[in-house]
Amino acid sequence: MTRSFVDLHLRVNLADQQATQRLISRAANLGYKQISLASTSKLSGEEKAKLKAMCREANLDFVSRADFYPHSEVELTRFLRRFRREFEVICISCDNKEVARQAAKDRRVDLLNFSSLDYHKRFFDRAEAELASGCLAALEVDVKPLLVLEGPPRVRLLMSLRREVAVALEFHVPLVLSSGVSEERFMRSPRDMASLGYLIGLDEVSVLDAVSTNPATIVSRNREKLGSGFVAPGIKVIKEGKA
Amino acid sequence: MKRVKRRYLALQVERELAPTERELIDAVWAAVTRLYGEVGASQTGLALIDLNLERKVAVIRVTLASLNIVRASLATITSIAGKDASVRVLSVSGTIKALFSNTK
Repeated sequence: MTRSFVDLHLRVNLADQQATQRLISRAANLGYKQISLASTSKLSGEEKAKLKAMCREANLDFVSRADFYPHSEVELTRFLRRFRREFEVICISCDNKEVARQAAKDRRVDLLNFSSLDYHKRFFDRAEAELASGCLAALEVDVKPLLVLEGPPRVRLLMSLRREVAVALEFHVPLVLSSGVSEERFMRSPRDMASLGYLIGLDEVSVLDAVSTNPATIVSRNREKLGSGFVAPGIKVIKEGKA
Repeated sequence: MKRVKRRYLALQVERELAPTERELIDAVWAAVTRLYGEVGASQTGLALIDLNLERKVAVIRVTLASLNIVRASLATITSIAGKDASVRVLSVSGTIKALFSNTK
């Protein structure tokens, strides 16, 4: 079976439409089937429709994604209550431990992301993994820092990532490898991106799952939930009877 | 002595101007050395077999045991000879003949 590749984290500046278009075309040329464009500003319905059309033109499936950087539990839950049903993927960038723990145990969160540069803010430890494994959150790893950092900062990042990946594998927390790039020159083909997974201790099957099966599962699960007939996992309305 | 198994990789070099053979292989060596150190790089058996300047397609040879090391290193290349560039793996094969027929 051929794999269908997904990049859930391309960053775009919606003000620069040409750059966005170029990024989308490049993703299609590199062999992705589904992409998600994280914007620097909040996406309006109109902008979302425009991006969707651009992706459809390039033969790509557009996945709507919201990134949030809450400072407290309250902010996080308020955000989830407001936006969960508007976006297909919700990613929480965890700035402190309180937020990280709450995000890991909230079933509305799809992706957990941690700072690549500040190692004190990487909270993905065994406790976090245990909470995440009981819910639906996956650990997202952006590969961009691995491309732009050099020397000791990259060594420190690799060290943290290897530890986190080992913990994630132990607790069966899904891993998602995303590009996290905003420039074409840093975009990599799915298999090249997957090969960076070897650096953080993933094996051949896990790296390919991290750029295909794992993100695709999140998207399809959420699309089902956001569908009109959804009642609960495995239960949906297929026909309405007459009262 | 046990025969060393090798793999051939076809690479698409994405750069405005095609690099010279020396520039390309130096960039690959530098990437492997940065990530895996000199000992790691010495175990790759890396060699440039061919570079088509027109198509910007190169063929390199590595040992099978170091294939993943080289693939990961190739993905980290962001410049060649000081100019923005990236290297994409088009195909991997056990023989040059099969590699050329795959990339045609």
